[in-house]
Amino acid sequence: MSSTIASAQAGSRNATQAFDASGEPPVLRVKNLEVTYYTDSGRAKALDDVSFSLSAGEKMGMVGESGSGKSTMALAMMRMIKPPGRVEGGSVFIDDVDLMALDPKAMRQARLNKIAYIPQGAMNSLNPVMRIGSQMVDAIKSHAPSESRTAIQDRCMHALKSVDLDSSVFGMYAHELSGGMKQRVCIAIGVLLEPKVIIADEPTSALDVVTQRQVMETIDRVQDEINAAVILIGHDMGLMAQFVDKVGVMYAGRLVEVSTVRDMFTDPKHPYSQALISSLPNLDNKGVFQGIPGLAPSLLRLPSGCAFHPRCTKVMDTCPKVRPEVEYLPDGRMVICHLYDEETEH
Amino acid sequence: MATIAVSADQVPEQPKALTLFFRYLNRNKGLALGLLILLLLTLFTVIGLLVINPKHAYPLSAALKQPPSLKYPFGTDFFGRDLFAAMVVGMWQTAAIGLLAGGIGTFIGVVLGFSSAYFGGWVDSGVRTICQILTPIPVLLIQVVIAGSLDKRDVTILTMALIVVLLAWMGPTLVIRAQVLTMKERQFVAVAKLSGMSDFGIIFKEILPNLLPFIAAAFVGQVFAAVFASLYLAVLGLGPLREPLLGNIIWAAQSQGAFFNGWWWWPLEPAFGMILILGSLALINMGLDELANPRVRKSE
Amino acid sequence: MSIKIIVKRLLFLVLVIWAASTIVFFVPRLSSRNAIRERFGELARTGGFSPGDLEKLIASMQQQFGLDKPLLEQYLQYLNNVIHLDFGYSLYKYPSTVTELISQALPWTIGLLLVTTIIAFVMGTLLGAVAAWPRAPGWLRAFATPFILLTGVPPVIMAILLVFFIGFRLKWLPLGSAYSVGVVPNWSWTFFFDLMAHQILPAFSLILGSVGAWVLSMRGMGITIQGEDYVNFAEHKGLTGGRIFRDYYLRNALLPQVTGLALALGTVVTSAVIVEGLFGLPGIGSLLNLAIRSNDFPTIYGIVLFITIAVATLMTVLEFVYPLLDPRIRNT
Repeated sequence: MSSTIASAQAGSRNATQAFDASGEPPVLRVKNLEVTYYTDSGRAKALDDVSFSLSAGEKMGMVGESGSGKSTMALAMMRMIKPPGRVEGGSVFIDDVDLMALDPKAMRQARLNKIAYIPQGAMNSLNPVMRIGSQMVDAIKSHAPSESRTAIQDRCMHALKSVDLDSSVFGMYAHELSGGMKQRVCIAIGVLLEPKVIIADEPTSALDVVTQRQVMETIDRVQDEINAAVILIGHDMGLMAQFVDKVGVMYAGRLVEVSTVRDMFTDPKHPYSQALISSLPNLDNKGVFQGIPGLAPSLLRLPSGCAFHPRCTKVMDTCPKVRPEVEYLPDGRMVICHLYDEETEH
Repeated sequence: MATIAVSADQVPEQPKALTLFFRYLNRNKGLALGLLILLLLTLFTVIGLLVINPKHAYPLSAALKQPPSLKYPFGTDFFGRDLFAAMVVGMWQTAAIGLLAGGIGTFIGVVLGFSSAYFGGWVDSGVRTICQILTPIPVLLIQVVIAGSLDKRDVTILTMALIVVLLAWMGPTLVIRAQVLTMKERQFVAVAKLSGMSDFGIIFKEILPNLLPFIAAAFVGQVFAAVFASLYLAVLGLGPLREPLLGNIIWAAQSQGAFFNGWWWWPLEPAFGMILILGSLALINMGLDELANPRVRKSE
Repeated sequence: MSIKIIVKRLLFLVLVIWAASTIVFFVPRLSSRNAIRERFGELARTGGFSPGDLEKLIASMQQQFGLDKPLLEQYLQYLNNVIHLDFGYSLYKYPSTVTELISQALPWTIGLLLVTTIIAFVMGTLLGAVAAWPRAPGWLRAFATPFILLTGVPPVIMAILLVFFIGFRLKWLPLGSAYSVGVVPNWSWTFFFDLMAHQILPAFSLILGSVGAWVLSMRGMGITIQGEDYVNFAEHKGLTGGRIFRDYYLRNALLPQVTGLALALGTVVTSAVIVEGLFGLPGIGSLLNLAIRSNDFPTIYGIVLFITIAVATLMTVLEFVYPLLDPRIRNT
């Protein structure tokens, strides 16, 4: 567990020399990623200076309210931000390749091959007029045009099997499948080319609780098989706690805390993380739900200084005035909050 | 520590509604152009009606077959009509048919679409079946039958509008029905129903305001269809022949072989008038579509 | 598709034809004008009919419109005739029947209609699809704009403009009839080219006058489809732009476009007929023009009913094509 924290720390501080304790470099390094949306009513910074890294086989959960930038981050990493949005800067390294520096053709090749995205709206993510099989085959063909027909077929069947789907799904249409099956198909497509990094954007929203679990277990299993780094985006902290190694908390476009699951649940650092954790129901205080007071801020008119200060219970004089920067606590955890200014400066 | 402190007073204020409207028009250039052309046409008609003597729009009121000149800026035709006066009156009559037929068609559509979607049951299946049966019948041809069966003296601007509207209410009915159906499922209607609001209260206070963009788009579309239909009927010689309706002028010019005789201005003027009317309506319709359906909005 | 749906569709087709026949039967009876008597008076005055012919004609009219029989019986007789595509005798070209006149004119109209509709539909659909495709180069997307502006110019107006500017001013193309005056129809290339040259302006009027509507509807649909999750996911999969365009975007946007084609058939046919009449080409349009000018009511009604039946039948055929394009409605 501690090795992953070290890698997060080192990766963010100095990406070129990032090695964790085992000597294995992180497979994914995101540095200073920034996205802005240019709208009629002004500019909205949807992603603000986000940095983190992940090792092979590691699973990271991204949580935060709607509009906190989770999905924007996923799209930015895939280089799929559409106008009026724009990636303003930063880099996304997979091994030694910076996706942000690739030409469009190379980026197209990198998608699915190096970094795969499992979509949020799986209900509607499959082409209704094409058979599932064709939608798997065309994905492989566009990356490995010379692969033989039987090899492609084998690959598809293997992928379907690994997500617990019958091979007959290959010849079916999307409308013949249930929601959970469609989500599995999307996962199967995501792992077709055994990518290094998989981003699953709220893969379980719109599914019932039982299916949610099955889908999460499926992701878990296929990840083990190909040893990919996985980013799970979602707001269900409870579900996430069971499946990820570390958790990133996003607020108003910033990654305000990254901790291991254990640390996050026992000792959250950022006041927002603390509020998130204490808002979870548990058996000790059942029936008592503690929400987070206030509303998520509009990205168009962010509060000054720390964007969280109007809702923060531990607000100080500096909070509305000075924008907090990334800080690494002595135990290696990352947090963006003035509460820890002294801890890190001395 | 590099900090960018943005204080509250530096945040730009929310722009005023009018500014936002013009900013939207700047982005939705089609709508802006359509409204501009419509404004110019209206000015032409209104100022024209003040300036001309409407009698000059009818035969034997001016010199015959004069090309455009200072005295007759649009020329005159074979029957001795001052085409400037004729264009002004014709524009007004075309607009009248369009607005009348479009208005009635939209009204019927809104009423039927509403009842059909809101009350459901046999009302809905009845309205839907009738619309489905009538839709494949080429409306213009049925209008040809109706207009052709009328005594020529009975064909006036008003009957023309009524003929046009007779089979042209199915479009708006189906559009409004579909929209009300989706709106009925929305939360705010359910809340209103649970809080004991009456059917009419819900229709007028909750659903109707949200439908306005669709009704506006349907209305503009109906006006377009009505002008289009009246043009076709008139070009076939089924219009009110005495009136200087734009389509009638074209029909008259065509049957007198205007091009072969060198009277090029006679059919061309109403043709360009028609292009401006239909063009502006088409542009406005597209613009409203973009307004009513956010998904159609451009991303830039 | 199940037998039940096929039967249902065919039943619906019968219902549409019944509704159209009923309108055409009753509307003339509601007007203050007695079309046949009026026409007979006119004919008797202008002459050209032998008394025997006139008697025969009146007899046939009496039988066709059954003015001596009760209304219900007339109505049933009329429906029976319509089913047999019997629209009675033409008043103007007696003793030709309306059906004979229509079948003589029909090949011309079908030729023009088929060529122009296919060109306009395919061109408009592709231009509209490209116009709504954010990944297409700007100049290619802008290509659709002039055609969208053409939606404000209906085929009839387009015909007048083309006749004047191309036909009269530039004298590039011949006008006015099916082939040049003095040419005898024969199976030679010269005649063929002459024939085609006369078809170019009407064809262009129809294509340019209707392509805008297809561009517009496809563009509207395309804007919706390009934002769909499956198009986004296709891009996430790293597919090439061309493949996403063809298999994910175009194929889905095409479905409503085909429905649109079915719904627009009535207007398309009507436009073609009117433009044909305007250019004086031999075809249904000129027949209708002549019939209107000479108060030949059986011919007017016959043409209207015939086109309605043809359009409704074509629409039904298109409905049978639809499940081939969309697997979702194949087994419902």
